[in-house]
Amino acid sequence: MNLFLETLIGGLLAGTMYSLVAIGFVLIYKASGVFNFAQGSMLLFAALTFVTLLEKGLPFAAALAVTIAILILGAILIERTVLRPLANRSPMTLFMATLGLSYVIEGAAQGLMGAQVHALDLGIEDVPIFIGDVLISQFDLVAAATAVTLALVLALLFNNTRIGISLRAVADDTRAALSIGINLNRIWQIVWAVAGIVGLVAGMLWGARQGIQFSLSLVVLKALPVLIIGGFTSIGGAIAGGLIVGAAENLAETYVGPYIGGGITPWFPYFLAIAFLYIRPAGLFGERALERV
Amino acid sequence: MKRLVLTALLAASVATTALVPPAAFADSKEQYVPLPTYRVGPYASSGTLWWAGTLDYFRYINEVEGGVNGVKLKVEEFETEWSPDRTVEVYERVKNGKDGAPVAFFFTHGTPASYALIEKGAADKIPLIDPAGGRTESTDGTVFPYAFPLLFNYFSQASVGINYIAQKEGGFDKLKGKKIVTVYHDSAYGRETQAAVELLAKKYGFENFQIPVADPGNEQSPQWRQVREIKPDWVFLRTWGVSTPVAIKTAQRFGIPADRIIGDVWAGSEADVIPAGTAAKGYQALAPYPGGAGFEIHDRLRKTILDTGKSDLRDTKFFGAVYYNIGLINAVLAVEALRAGQAKFGNKPLNGEEGRWGFEHLTIDDARLKEIGFYGLLQPIKLTPADHEGGGAARIQQWDGDKWVLVTDWIQADRDTLRPLVEAKAAAYAKEHNITPRSPTAEN
Repeated sequence: MNLFLETLIGGLLAGTMYSLVAIGFVLIYKASGVFNFAQGSMLLFAALTFVTLLEKGLPFAAALAVTIAILILGAILIERTVLRPLANRSPMTLFMATLGLSYVIEGAAQGLMGAQVHALDLGIEDVPIFIGDVLISQFDLVAAATAVTLALVLALLFNNTRIGISLRAVADDTRAALSIGINLNRIWQIVWAVAGIVGLVAGMLWGARQGIQFSLSLVVLKALPVLIIGGFTSIGGAIAGGLIVGAAENLAETYVGPYIGGGITPWFPYFLAIAFLYIRPAGLFGERALERV
Repeated sequence: MKRLVLTALLAASVATTALVPPAAFADSKEQYVPLPTYRVGPYASSGTLWWAGTLDYFRYINEVEGGVNGVKLKVEEFETEWSPDRTVEVYERVKNGKDGAPVAFFFTHGTPASYALIEKGAADKIPLIDPAGGRTESTDGTVFPYAFPLLFNYFSQASVGINYIAQKEGGFDKLKGKKIVTVYHDSAYGRETQAAVELLAKKYGFENFQIPVADPGNEQSPQWRQVREIKPDWVFLRTWGVSTPVAIKTAQRFGIPADRIIGDVWAGSEADVIPAGTAAKGYQALAPYPGGAGFEIHDRLRKTILDTGKSDLRDTKFFGAVYYNIGLINAVLAVEALRAGQAKFGNKPLNGEEGRWGFEHLTIDDARLKEIGFYGLLQPIKLTPADHEGGGAARIQQWDGDKWVLVTDWIQADRDTLRPLVEAKAAAYAKEHNITPRSPTAEN
């Protein structure tokens, strides 16, 4: 029973790390209906910029502030050079643009800051805490708290601020939002900047665990089943999807893995996601698309 | 009519070019050395240092020693992002040489690419070189004349790991009943030691547990929870890339001390331990390529390449890093094999068949190691047509939190025990592909 509980709790906590990555996708999808293939590259770029500034001797807060400023500038640049010229094109065109963008960002990150692995110490020890006989990771607890806090902050932003309400208006009906004077370009800049900052937080936590290196951009592979399960348009869904994926893959690896050769964590969440697609194609909290035919 | 004549002339010219065998081009004074590399992509952190070591040594040979017995090395890089299909494409582009300079060998720079190219290399008579990697049974050169898992094949890696554990436990008899867990990257590379560990487990009586970690391995709690349940005496870590620092950190979380974990060759660089922070202190790893810049060759390179601004290293603090030294060692093996080949065929650029002869007669003893500045950094090595490994030893290095420290001299693998396993697998391959093994003495 202890093993089951420990695996379940460990999985749920690990799942919040996946949610952190998934939230970045949700933000951009909500505002523009575009699946941002470059989210992983943005995460890498943000974390690499932050750690490079730290290694140059900047204090933690200053490095964080400068990184955020760079991400905001990057968002403006992306909106001006990639999104604005493609306004009113199909979502597939925009998706392909983000695919190209991901290579540009990855190349820029490695070209400007090098390909070496960097250690990042956030001062959170990755040591176990025992509740009875159940082992829980202190690091995972902090990551889970961060994900929940971030989700709450974003919920406040969307529900209680003018920018947030404008963003929701754009997401609901872009033409109606434009007709009442909402500046779509400004909204895109804000959303991409916020997605970059969410990427920075996710990159810092993942980077503290595995080092800041190119493979950080691959953690987005974990976010895709989370999005399918939770829904592409819901931050709460990203959290719920992350919890389900984390718990399911941990339990499956522990209890099913030994009978089928092990190493099943990469594909099991996708298997689960396909099952969800059959039952709830829009995900647990996603918006069902209704179209007049 | 004029167009027809021109077309016919062009076709004849192309056909003539295509039909001329590569050897007929070999009027160049240069040896073509194509290098499939990965300076971008997921493995760039190791690649950038590796190629820096290789290029610095080749530059040293060209500019300080005037080439290999006067033959300059014409090096060309091809970016592959460690993708086997791209490496195969590179191989096809370069196998006939360039501008008259022939190819004497082709570094595959990865076990998957070695597997993918093994039949092409044999057909084209181009030696495929993959030190501390490759297909283990290709150690048997009677079946695989053109494949070289040089220096330290995967079976030897398993054996040296077990020998070191025996040394730490106080003898092989103390291994009986011990629990040794191998946590491995779930890939051809990761699974390559399983047969050897199984054989050694039977021989010495230890319990063998194998736990896979799927790529990329950035979340390993379920695996290390299983390891903790086993209560292992030792863990043999055969991971790669990001899965290594994650393994070390997760192991710490589950109460497995770092000094009970022995990493293999590809889990023993600075990039593997630095991200793991304090959790990696005490972690040990097999080192056929020890880290450190205190060897004689480093002094020579410092004076002639680094201090003169000719190094390929972007940041010279990585001079002597494990991956830099891997690049150096692989380069010196190639250069010494060319020298061996030139001793038979003359001081000229070599083709693939001549390159194979060079590798099969490569001998580097302690005296030669001192002469070329690699004593302590590279083990003595002697290849034969039947033995394409030639070394089979490694030192053990331990991470002290800041740098690798060598804690043993060279530990030799139990090659006599493992050779029948190599030969059995090679014989199965020969049967499957209708290959008649050549005589091991035919090429002497």
